[in-house]
Amino acid sequence: MPMNVLDVENVSASHNGTLAINKISFSVKEGDLLGIVGPNGAGKTTLFRAILGLQNYQGKIRLFGYEGSQYAALLPMVGYVPQKVSFESNFPATVFDVVGMGLLPKKKLQRGVALIQGCGCNWNRIFGESSKNTEKIGKALEIVGLEHLRDRRISELSGGEQQRTFIASALVKEPVLLILDEPVTGVDMEVQNKFYSVIRKINKENKITIIWASHDLTAISDYATKVACMNRDLFFHGEKEEFFSNKDLLKTYSESAMQMHMHNHSHEV
Amino acid sequence: MVLDFLAYGFMQRALVTGTAAAVCCAMIGLYLVLKRYSLFGDALSHMAFGGIALGYFLNIYPIWTATAVSVSAAMGITKIRKSTKISGDAAVAVMLSSGLGMGVILVSASHGFTIDLFSFLFGSVLLTNVSDTLSFIAISCGIIATLVIFRKPLLHFTFDEEQAKVNGVPVEKLNYLFIALAAVTVIITMRLVGILLISALIVLPNITAMMMGKGFKKTMLISISLSVAATTLGIVLSYPLNLAPSGSIVMILVAMYVGTLLVKQMGLFSRKTIVQEIQ
Repeated sequence: MPMNVLDVENVSASHNGTLAINKISFSVKEGDLLGIVGPNGAGKTTLFRAILGLQNYQGKIRLFGYEGSQYAALLPMVGYVPQKVSFESNFPATVFDVVGMGLLPKKKLQRGVALIQGCGCNWNRIFGESSKNTEKIGKALEIVGLEHLRDRRISELSGGEQQRTFIASALVKEPVLLILDEPVTGVDMEVQNKFYSVIRKINKENKITIIWASHDLTAISDYATKVACMNRDLFFHGEKEEFFSNKDLLKTYSESAMQMHMHNHSHEV
Repeated sequence: MVLDFLAYGFMQRALVTGTAAAVCCAMIGLYLVLKRYSLFGDALSHMAFGGIALGYFLNIYPIWTATAVSVSAAMGITKIRKSTKISGDAAVAVMLSSGLGMGVILVSASHGFTIDLFSFLFGSVLLTNVSDTLSFIAISCGIIATLVIFRKPLLHFTFDEEQAKVNGVPVEKLNYLFIALAAVTVIITMRLVGILLISALIVLPNITAMMMGKGFKKTMLISISLSVAATTLGIVLSYPLNLAPSGSIVMILVAMYVGTLLVKQMGLFSRKTIVQEIQ
């Protein structure tokens, strides 16, 4: 029986004074690729920020059953790729520099690994224990297919390449859980498909548990193993097949996703 | 020999002090520019002016009062900024005007400007004595060592504060440490170019280096080299040409910036052309 990587219990949080998530409860099991769907403003980002300790909330959140200081010690082992990373447009950092930012200091990594192994988790480290930092960066870039761009400045890359760089930066820390917040919004189909195959690869081969917010129901149906549906409240959390066979739920979220899609495209045009 | 004047003790002290300040300014300046705090140096130096005036008024060595006033003001404004969410430029304006206001009141209470105060405004690197030189070297070594030790979390925190926080970087503590280092850097640079020209040393070598399209480490090394070169050249040229060293240093930095801009516009730093890329 796979263990719980994340437990969210009755979590409520506000964004700019308005209730953004209301008493949400769900668990994520080891090896899950959980797709979270919901319209814009549904509270997905607020939920992620609460999990990451960037947002005040009521309720309980546990990582591998840990709370408090142990939770804080495990937090650096969570990889996070936000919808958009805003950085100074001519920031003099190469792809190599940016990926390297994700590296954890040895002590932090050892403490995180000890906590995870201490609770009997089957998690495999992506990189060998004796891997040097430059090897880790190289391998993370290889996973996302960007090794040829390692010396290019991040600002010279396309949106899709930048997002893959941020994923590599999240991978280099050897995450046990990867949180992706609408990572391919505004990126063309080809890059999206490449991106999805990377997600599947790291989930299957590296056994990394992934939570992934998206408006793309087709991608969720193709790649996710579980689905959660939210719009301030959590409406559904369960197996993908169950979600896609529930016509009412599907209709509601297909419509909102379609509206989003049209909205994005009208902006692109 | 034409360069005989380099044998003078005051010239050697000026070059050593200048180089130390130039290295610190270039290093701390890169983070300031990237965090869009370019004018923070100006605000700190105006606070330091208030601190210097306070030192003269209370008859205390002005460098100490300037350090105390700018470090505490910088910490205070960072805290206020965090709790009230006022914008960065407004915070700079508050610091700049309050430092200058305090300085003007204290100067008038001490019966007007003195030569020493004037030298703090426009720099007086040629007047640096042995004990000042030694303390500036010690302080600079401290600043450089701290920046080298904390280079990774500082880079992460400058690039993306939230991601740094998730990675366990103690962002708030680091911010205070960084602000304190910036305040001390301003104090040691005051002697070199004066309160009114400090921003030039913080901003110009860095925006020039950033144009060259390199990664973070190389950009910092280029910036340090430009800053040290301009400082050395400015001090060396100022003596035979009888010019103010501070102005000379700043104008050399401006020339480097404009020159690099022109070279960049001619496409010398661009990597491959689109055609080469496709091929």
